[in-house]
Amino acid sequence: MTDSMVQVRNVVKVYERGKQKVEVLHGLNLEIPTGDFVALMGPSGSGKTTLLNLIGGLDQPTSGEIVVGGGRIDQLKGGELAHWRARHIGFVFQFYNLMPVLTAEGNVELPLLLTRLSAAQRRKNVAVALQVVGLTDRANHKPKELSGGQEQRVAIARALVSDPPLLVCDEPTGDLDRKTAEEILGLLQVLNREHGKTIVMVTHDPKAAEFARRTLHLEKGQLLEQTAQQAA
Amino acid sequence: MTKTSFVVANLFRKRTRTILTLLSVIMAFLLFGLLQSVNTVFNAGADFVGATRLMVQARVSFTSPLPISMVPKLESMPGVTRVAYQQWFGGVWQENTPLIMFSTDPGRYHDVYPEYVMADAQWQTFARTRTGMIAGKQLAEQYGWKIGQKIPIASNIYPQKNGSKAWAFDLVGIFDGKDEDWKKRTNLAYIQQDYFDEANQFGVKGRANFFVLKLADGANAEAISHSIDAMFENSPDETKTQTEKDFNISFVKQVGDIGLIVRWILFAVFFTLLLVVGNTMAQSVRERIPELAVLKTLGFTDGSVLGFVLAEAFALCLFGGLIGLVLASISSALVSKGTGGQFQLTLDGSVWLIGIVAIVLMSLAVGLLPALRARRLRIVDALAGR
Repeated sequence: MTDSMVQVRNVVKVYERGKQKVEVLHGLNLEIPTGDFVALMGPSGSGKTTLLNLIGGLDQPTSGEIVVGGGRIDQLKGGELAHWRARHIGFVFQFYNLMPVLTAEGNVELPLLLTRLSAAQRRKNVAVALQVVGLTDRANHKPKELSGGQEQRVAIARALVSDPPLLVCDEPTGDLDRKTAEEILGLLQVLNREHGKTIVMVTHDPKAAEFARRTLHLEKGQLLEQTAQQAA
Repeated sequence: MTKTSFVVANLFRKRTRTILTLLSVIMAFLLFGLLQSVNTVFNAGADFVGATRLMVQARVSFTSPLPISMVPKLESMPGVTRVAYQQWFGGVWQENTPLIMFSTDPGRYHDVYPEYVMADAQWQTFARTRTGMIAGKQLAEQYGWKIGQKIPIASNIYPQKNGSKAWAFDLVGIFDGKDEDWKKRTNLAYIQQDYFDEANQFGVKGRANFFVLKLADGANAEAISHSIDAMFENSPDETKTQTEKDFNISFVKQVGDIGLIVRWILFAVFFTLLLVVGNTMAQSVRERIPELAVLKTLGFTDGSVLGFVLAEAFALCLFGGLIGLVLASISSALVSKGTGGQFQLTLDGSVWLIGIVAIVLMSLAVGLLPALRARRLRIVDALAGR
């Protein structure tokens, strides 16, 4: 399918823990169209984060194929995969994972150090990204001077700044109160609907999943069902 | 922001720790600079003297004087054109300032050391004035001596016949060096051998600590050395003949093997420093495993992350090392000034070069292991805290 952003075909992932081998994903198949906003739900140990890591190119499958944006990423190695991630994926983590020594602006600029943009162009892109997440006035603050919601907005700006087609979010509201969580989820919804970003989000929270276009349920390494949400 | 500013920002994330580590690096390189310049002074200070002269001393030690009666035999050696001799006087200026001072035969000395420049009239005056003394320009300027002055100098070895160690000499000449190297060696003084022989109470008459042999052009210094030592073998005055440079080095090594002492001190300093800085770097990387994983997540390659950690180690060592070397330069200049040029410490190019090499090697030694650890990080494990 030409309009598929993500295709996962017969993916098996086995982790080795000492002498033990644990199969986390068992021949999983999945297709996510471009422009979709998918919530991945399931109990702990079901393989949600593993699947997310595979889609985001942070890990490699034991077998099977993963195609993202029309290219097979399961065949990419080390440096190639790093370059691919820089161009195609924006990551948002549960605990924000910002660099404490950098300001909000510096954190957002970090991925742009991998591009050939001039300093002026980088600053311009950073300003736009911070504007999108509504944090222009906090640009010169360090993470410890920001609230959790603001930190997550900075993390989203960092994920957006190099304009990747796919955002991969691992429990993005897991560390936030309800109100702030809804603001962040609303922001992701805007990015999906108005900016055309394809989003894959892992969450435990059914209320958070409601912000997605559809929800996929995983259990014991296999997809169970799919729930389509009403547009909010 | 640039990659460099990112590295610097990371370096100062724990400001106190970094500053303390930096201070230890600065201190280490300050010591390195000073000790290395001491070593250079002791080992390479006479590089420019070449092999046109040989020095003959007693085989046991140059403190056992040889009879001046050996001069004709030495002068008859093929390849030897002229022989001078020098006797250590043990001069002390005023309260307790030791001087480099010898007694010598003026005419012979002038012939053997053409590198020292002085008006002919002054050489002649020195030769015929029994209480005459000539001083190097550096020494004369340091103490404000002028030709014609009577210079009171004590000897910490030789009393006069009346038992007094206070001597007085007439300054009849001030010599300079023919070039920059020799100008730096004008911090010494000479008195007349004949006068010294007659006036001292100890009766070291007719003896000198060492002979200086001027060689003919193209003379085989090594062969002549062997011949001289062979000639006096099994005599009451066995000799040890060496080049002027080797002699100078062995002269200063009377106080010990400076090079060895310096090497051991520096080894201890740098070994401690490696532990201190290495621990800082290892701790710094251990504390931010998740951050390094995030960098990789964002698209920085394993090599880039390795580069960041190495760059931090390099920046720490370079910054501290350069400050330390600059401080060593300043301290050396102060020491030289404080001793009136008697002990000329300078951080020459070779010390800086070795310092820079030490900075690079130390950066690698303290940064490589943490950097490799950062490089090997698996993103998934690091983010999961495994």
